[in-house]
Amino acid sequence: MTELNTAMIEQYRNSFLQEVEANVEEGEWVKMCMQCGVCAGSCPLGNAWEHPPQEIFMMIRAGKREAVLSSDSMWMCTSCYNCISRCPRGLPITHIMHGLAHYAQRLGLVPKNQPTQRFAQMFWQNLNKKGRVNELKLGLSLYFMNGFGEGVKTSLKMKDIGLGMLKTKRMAVTEAFGGHGVKDLSGFQKIMKKAHELEDARIQKSGN
Amino acid sequence: MADEKKFAGYICTGCGIGERLDAGQLETIATRDGKMQSCRQHEMLCSKEGVQTIRDDIANEGVTHIMIAACSRRAKVEAFNFTEVAMSRANLREGVIWVRPDTDENRETTQEMADDYIRMACAEVKFMTQPTGSGEQELNKQILVVGGGITGMTAALETAAAGYPVHIVEKSGVLGGHAGGYYKSIPTRSPYAEPQDTGISQMIADVEANDSITVHLNSTLARTEGAPGRFNAEIATESGSSETLSFGAIIQATGFKLYDPSALPQYAYDKSADVVTNEELEGLVMQADGGPIKRPSDGKAVESVAFVQNVGQNSTEENELPYHSGIGDMIAIKQAMYFKELNGNCDTTILFDNLRTPGAAGEDFYRAGQQKMITFSKGAVTEVVPGSTLEVKFKDLILNDDATMQCDLVVLDVGMMPNTGPDPYAQLAVEEAEDEAEKEKARALLENAPPSILNLEYRQGTDLPHLKYGFTDSHFICFPYETRRTGIYAAGPTRRPMDMRQAADDAAGAAMKAIQAAENAGKGRAAHPRSGDLSFPSFRKEGCTQCKRCTVECPFGAINEDEKRYPIFNEARCRRCGTCMGACPVRVISFENYSVDTVGQQIKNVEVPEEWDEKPRILVLACENDAYPALDQSAMNGVEITQWARVVPVRCLGSISLSWITDSLNNGYDGIVLMGCQKGEDYQCHFVKGSEMGLERMSKVGDTLQTLNLEPERVASYEVAITDIQRAPKLINDMAETVQNIGMSPFKF
Repeated sequence: MTELNTAMIEQYRNSFLQEVEANVEEGEWVKMCMQCGVCAGSCPLGNAWEHPPQEIFMMIRAGKREAVLSSDSMWMCTSCYNCISRCPRGLPITHIMHGLAHYAQRLGLVPKNQPTQRFAQMFWQNLNKKGRVNELKLGLSLYFMNGFGEGVKTSLKMKDIGLGMLKTKRMAVTEAFGGHGVKDLSGFQKIMKKAHELEDARIQKSGN
Repeated sequence: MADEKKFAGYICTGCGIGERLDAGQLETIATRDGKMQSCRQHEMLCSKEGVQTIRDDIANEGVTHIMIAACSRRAKVEAFNFTEVAMSRANLREGVIWVRPDTDENRETTQEMADDYIRMACAEVKFMTQPTGSGEQELNKQILVVGGGITGMTAALETAAAGYPVHIVEKSGVLGGHAGGYYKSIPTRSPYAEPQDTGISQMIADVEANDSITVHLNSTLARTEGAPGRFNAEIATESGSSETLSFGAIIQATGFKLYDPSALPQYAYDKSADVVTNEELEGLVMQADGGPIKRPSDGKAVESVAFVQNVGQNSTEENELPYHSGIGDMIAIKQAMYFKELNGNCDTTILFDNLRTPGAAGEDFYRAGQQKMITFSKGAVTEVVPGSTLEVKFKDLILNDDATMQCDLVVLDVGMMPNTGPDPYAQLAVEEAEDEAEKEKARALLENAPPSILNLEYRQGTDLPHLKYGFTDSHFICFPYETRRTGIYAAGPTRRPMDMRQAADDAAGAAMKAIQAAENAGKGRAAHPRSGDLSFPSFRKEGCTQCKRCTVECPFGAINEDEKRYPIFNEARCRRCGTCMGACPVRVISFENYSVDTVGQQIKNVEVPEEWDEKPRILVLACENDAYPALDQSAMNGVEITQWARVVPVRCLGSISLSWITDSLNNGYDGIVLMGCQKGEDYQCHFVKGSEMGLERMSKVGDTLQTLNLEPERVASYEVAITDIQRAPKLINDMAETVQNIGMSPFKF
């Protein structure tokens, strides 16, 4: 991935904005921001962002590539869509944030141990196995994400909710062993493989 | 009609007047006290039949003066419009019955109020004459336009299109002005996405092809004298020849100059050829002739350009402009688009502070600029370092850090400054300065005054008065395009900073006003706010002491002086405010329908009861533009006014003669309330300086009171707005209370 990063730096030496336009989902909207700051004011997690969206857009235009891509900020987005619905310029801000996060991930620039990134990775792997999300396994791996001791503690804390869910048949213990998948699992895997191929080809093309 | 005067009174009993008041008694008052030779009652005087009664009397009975006792003089003006006779109106509806409660104990005082208003109206009309022209009227349809830029040419084309011949006087050798040297203009049509053709060459062609337009190039105005309808302008050419032509009205479209950024060393304007102003950039684009724009120092095609916005504008610093031109950001977007069009993948950055792209069109243009990948950075430029590539140092105001960028060319957004003549009141400002610092400032303005443009032969100076920052004073409250020199209209950036489209709109409006002024002058009619008034000031020469107060104080510079320093009234320049009348210490100035007598006699004919009757009299002199309508409005809202008040409308506070004050106090009035418009920087006076002058004079009334041994509280003056419908009556009622506290005037007999 760092190889790709070097290639991108080489290609868009002068304009990080152009790099974002070409490689980030909905990136072509970044130039349209008018710096009003309504997004920053609308974000329920605003305090957690080191750089609120409009500042990220300004940093992109100012060519601050490293600062943007290795930032923690866009990982804070919870997809509440408040900013999108309020942006007077109609920028799909939520999508751009996810696009930036994804691009940073591809280039290997995400800050170490970024919890959102780790959970996203877990979710993705969980989903890829059977073509559907195994909620029990996903929940458990989330509990044990930061070590065995903390996992046990969290599990005990959630014990009552778990039992309640078992009783009302919202959760099946059997799912912990294998679990069920989509009807045509091999078909699903073929689709995913093809998608990876296409994506890799696109990145390859863009990176050269 | 001959010279014989015949007076007739008409009393309307409609709108409740008949039920509340004893109309028979009013009729008796009109004929016995008011000396009306006839008096009629009508149950609805403003109806077709009522008006016809009056018309018949004028036609068959030879009535020359009529007194109408009905509603306020501001109501039913279309119905009671008799141009052939002198007319006064007694305000029984808004002035009496609507402001007094309908109860038995008030019946007597309400009737007394109405009686007085009848007496006043009868007295007023006796001293009025139906205005006729001064004989000075001239209809001259020819319009003079000073300046051949986009404003001047538009004004000329619009005037010519309306069928009026035009002369354009242009100082330079070509038409087109600043805009003539521009590559393209800010878009004026949807979708507001691309710069558009300026249209200047077409406009020049249209002007040259128009038979009604005569163009004088390389020419200036050596001398302008006269008044609307008879301006004589001496047009001097560079070669020394000159011709004098006469005009009905003048449009001053002398445009703007640009701020010189040499005064600001941080932008290196003097040090590097590659730092240019936004107007100079237009020249570079024209030179490029459709090819890539090249930088001046070495002719290299520009690959990156920085636009530095807000240079020396909106600043509190000395030698910078205290205002913002407002269009520099639109210009920068337009010019950045030039580079996108002509210089391929050129980096264009606009370093702005407050980006001003007003209106939907401005917003669309801004978006179009963003779409074309123009970079907008909110940044304050601290320094431009000259070199083979220029380094622009700036503080990024969004990211809050110091940044630099390299570029081939820097474009400075400099502000527009008015191209006006010297302020006629610059000398006065020096004299009136209140402290030394202010005096110093005023003196600097006087000493650095620009050369005259119009060269008016006016008592009060050669050019249009300034408002702020050297822009001409114009667009008075509610009266677009008006200036303080009747018949001379300012249009375009000489009035305020504006873009080409606004200038063209402005020019069209000024052209219409110029035509109106010329037509008015032909009929002897006043311009706003007494539109259509045919009266004009005249003076009794035997009584004049040549004190010059009228010629100095006229807010419109309408009065000149002859060689013996007697005033020369220029009817067509006059707005009929009566400030001269109020100024005259010997009371020799009067209008046919408004004079020291028309008001003075109203005051004298109010019945002032004996002291022990405990019925005080309060004189209210209310400005007819704001205070009087405010009182009418409060009457409609049923706000009470004391039964002791007698309200007399005046044209302006400036027209109030001090003799009215002394006479009324001598006659035993207990209190006087004066109501004029707001004065000062945010003045609301329809005659600009009238209320200021009036209030100034009234501030000295204390001496008069002292010599009469009266309490100073008996005279109060206020600034009243048209919206003061609760406050205006309260001010009058407060005076009634004051009188109650300090007692009745000892001057009753």
